[in-house]
Amino acid sequence: MRRLLLATWLVSAAAIGYEILLMRVLSIVQWHHFAYMIISLALLGYGASGTFIAVLRSRLEPRFESAFAASALLFSVAMIVCFIAAQRVPFNALEIVWDRGQFLNLAAVFLVLFLPFFFAACCIGLAFTCRSDAVSRIYFFDLFGAGFGAVLVIALLFAVSPQTALVLLALLPLGGSALVAATQSARLRLGLAQLMWLALLAAGIPQKGLDLRISEYKGLSQALQVVDSRILSQSSSPLGLITVVDSPTVPVRHAPGLSFGTRHIPPEQLAVFTDADGMSAITRFDGDPGSVAYLGDVTAALPFRLLEEPVVLILGAGTGNDVLLSLYHGASRVDAVELNPQMTELVTGTYADFAGHLYDDPRVRVFTDEARGFVARNRGDYDLIQIGLLDSFGASGAGVQALNESYIYTVEALREYLADLEPGGLLAITRWIKLPPRDSVKLIATAIEALRQSGVSEPGRRIAMIRSWNTSTLLVKNGDFTPGEIEGIREFARTRSFDTAYFPGMRADEADRFNRLGEPYIHDAAVALLGDGAADFLARYKFHVEPATDDRPYFFHFFRWKTLPEVMALRKAGGAGLIEWGYLVLVATLVQAAALGLVLILLPLWLVRHAWPAGTGRRFGVYFLLLGLAFLFVEMAFIQKFILFLSNPLYSVAVVLSGFLVFAGLGSASSERFAERLPWPGVSPVTIAVAGIVALSLAYLLVLPAVFGRFIGLSDPAKIVTSLVLIAPLAFFMGMPFPLGLKRLSASAPGFVPWAWGINGFASVVSAVLATLLAIEFGFQVVIVLALVFYALAAWDEAISRGR
Amino acid sequence: MRAPLLVMIVLAAPALAQDADFDELRAALVDEVRMYASYAGDEPFSDAVLGAIGRVERHRFVPEGQVRYAYENRPLPIGHGQTISQPYIVALMTELLEPDPGDVVLEVGTGSGYQAAVLAGLVKHVYSVEIIEALATSVRDRLQRLGYDNVTTKLGDGYYGWEEHAPFDSIIVTAAASHVPPPLIEQLKPGGRMVIPVGGLFMTQLLLLLEKGNDGEIITRQIGAVRFVPLTGEH
Repeated sequence: MRRLLLATWLVSAAAIGYEILLMRVLSIVQWHHFAYMIISLALLGYGASGTFIAVLRSRLEPRFESAFAASALLFSVAMIVCFIAAQRVPFNALEIVWDRGQFLNLAAVFLVLFLPFFFAACCIGLAFTCRSDAVSRIYFFDLFGAGFGAVLVIALLFAVSPQTALVLLALLPLGGSALVAATQSARLRLGLAQLMWLALLAAGIPQKGLDLRISEYKGLSQALQVVDSRILSQSSSPLGLITVVDSPTVPVRHAPGLSFGTRHIPPEQLAVFTDADGMSAITRFDGDPGSVAYLGDVTAALPFRLLEEPVVLILGAGTGNDVLLSLYHGASRVDAVELNPQMTELVTGTYADFAGHLYDDPRVRVFTDEARGFVARNRGDYDLIQIGLLDSFGASGAGVQALNESYIYTVEALREYLADLEPGGLLAITRWIKLPPRDSVKLIATAIEALRQSGVSEPGRRIAMIRSWNTSTLLVKNGDFTPGEIEGIREFARTRSFDTAYFPGMRADEADRFNRLGEPYIHDAAVALLGDGAADFLARYKFHVEPATDDRPYFFHFFRWKTLPEVMALRKAGGAGLIEWGYLVLVATLVQAAALGLVLILLPLWLVRHAWPAGTGRRFGVYFLLLGLAFLFVEMAFIQKFILFLSNPLYSVAVVLSGFLVFAGLGSASSERFAERLPWPGVSPVTIAVAGIVALSLAYLLVLPAVFGRFIGLSDPAKIVTSLVLIAPLAFFMGMPFPLGLKRLSASAPGFVPWAWGINGFASVVSAVLATLLAIEFGFQVVIVLALVFYALAAWDEAISRGR
Repeated sequence: MRAPLLVMIVLAAPALAQDADFDELRAALVDEVRMYASYAGDEPFSDAVLGAIGRVERHRFVPEGQVRYAYENRPLPIGHGQTISQPYIVALMTELLEPDPGDVVLEVGTGSGYQAAVLAGLVKHVYSVEIIEALATSVRDRLQRLGYDNVTTKLGDGYYGWEEHAPFDSIIVTAAASHVPPPLIEQLKPGGRMVIPVGGLFMTQLLLLLEKGNDGEIITRQIGAVRFVPLTGEH
């Protein structure tokens, strides 16, 4: 028994580790939001295995050990082989609007990556089914394995490359397979297969196919196509894969928003890519300001025209270009905040000479921190808070970020920045311009809302925006702009062929002078947003430009269903870029998840339904459907919510996922005792558990923002512990309704038990993706409230059936 | 004598038939491009530009696996992470350059060579720079083979234009950049026009048209940027 428990622990750890690792790798080879697919995928594996075991139970049970060992071995093999195979599917997300075949490719990726999870889940499911006497112990090892796996993979990703981490993870289920004693007849064959796989791994043969096949349309791939370009260095961590590229023949020249009228060309630069995209640059600096004089001719230089020797805070300092910009313009002090220490190291270590020891300047202080956390903790005295371009133009243009949460550009974020400014200080945000105007309009809407919420009655007096052909810089002042400052903005823009988009008192005919859109769109939008018709304007605009909030932190989400037919029709007339395809890929993922869930989970059950005695359990279907939806809604909402607190999507997934697994597992294991000890005999334990879930969730909805604000400045380990403490009681209650229902079902309609698992699994698969879609459309609060409604309905359903 | 000739005809027949098919497809493509111009609210394309689109054999500019899609009005992958532009966009960019038979044009980013071939039929000479070695080699061979004598290509950095052939009547930049290279603006004749497609690969959403006035003043216009008129539609 001990061996089986240890094997379960190993398989579980590898499964969750693999899940998180795949998210990381998909962010590198494709784009971040494909990561959501993985959660749904893993759940599909678990759901399908439940069906598989239910259907073949009578055959598998006598050969339990062999079946377990074989599944574990297959899991180990599939982890690597399916990884290799998935990378060879010629899926090109960018072509999805042109080539329907890409949906098939996406489905192929989905199916191939489903297999490892299926085998892993077979191990766990078999252990539960065939060793039902030890269910609680198996459950314990399963869940603690999962918690361990999440921690292990994060640690591994700090130490080794994702590929090496994968091979190390694959050793865990192989060990699990070897631990479980197979029956006499299968022992030899299994042992041989295990040895062979181990020998192959030791010889490094499968590893040969593990190279990351980064989409050839991502920035890094593009840069490496250029003649004579080469990778100078690369470093990997859970925060990202950072690649530095040198291109001596066709030098990198990264100067977003550079004026047409400039006489200055950027000096030599090195390109820096995060997860093979999002290019930024390290600029060579020899100490001579003249060599970087181009910095005077970019839109981001505007605030320095209005401020004398300001104290500057830079959020997202990256490779230091905004620091250089500030020093060039005579800043008296620069606080540079950067989340990723690898990025800072490039400027302070490896390329310090190249960057002119920029960060050693006595005026510069560098902080490794998350922007919101830093701002929340430091009540500063800044004259200028500068947020530069944190993403690449290509990524911004193609709508690939539509699903990226960003807590940098929310109403709450802007309010915090404004609170950190000295009277008269400026917040400056530079962004790429997406046309028809999207980013710029949404940014203005966000600033207006933030000012209003901060008690400013006339926000129009405090904002100004200029633009080049591809960047815009928004200024939000802690105070009203003076006539002198307005003249300064005008003069700065005019002398550099930039257009003014908005400033207090601006006339429409002052817009659209140098970079003509045909109409003063942004100015008109700002005027509409400042007036009484703002709500009407937002409702009628063809893109989603309502301000992003912490509850709905999708700044890059501009998609509107009502605009889709129009842009699809314009696709062949050069309008393909208008399609926000990131959102559509998520919808496609939902459809695929639902279809595969039906085929792999519910269809087999339906086909063999005659094998079970007809019971009265069918009405329980609704109960388990609701539970599946509700559980994942809460879990997904928490993953998204905790990104703000833990500063990183991968940390959030690891902590929330393992937290929910472990504590829901504990809740599940204690559910029977909980039911027995209830002091109210007439009340269903499900009702009590659901009451606990509802009460805790509602309390969190109210207090989480305050709790996050209070603790966001803690160290990472302390924040992880805080997160787990918050998750624990809620997850504990959430673990109860399922086993309590199952127990009643086994007594009244045992034939329906596999259906209960199947339906619940299917609901989980769908709701993992559905929750994200709903959060984008309606915000996390709505997702959580919906989950609570589902829980309440489930409890009601259960209470009624109990009464019958 | 007759027998070999007959054999040759029989052997060549499928190829000839295929060429005839391509001619038909190309004619249909021209019609489609013409139709979409009115649909998208762009100015109608000139006969000269549509004629050039109708003459250039796009199927000779795409990789073998993509030949069957060659006359679809969509971008196609050509390897090395690059694409051949959507024919509609090629027509629009060409139109915006207002090509004149006496013009000398600079292209930055040769790619498959399709855009250069379209321009070659409309202007005096096209100078084209490519930064990807494999593409530069294959496109040089292709254009030579197809007889485009008035296109000169080279491998190198397009940022500084092509000094010895400057100034240019118009410049077309097919590679996205964080800014318009100042040397290119310098190499543009007063009264000249520069076109830059903006947006991701497969996704061109607008064209930046840069016009240099006779006094040297620079104005840009974003073509196709605002196709929704008005942007604030019905509820």
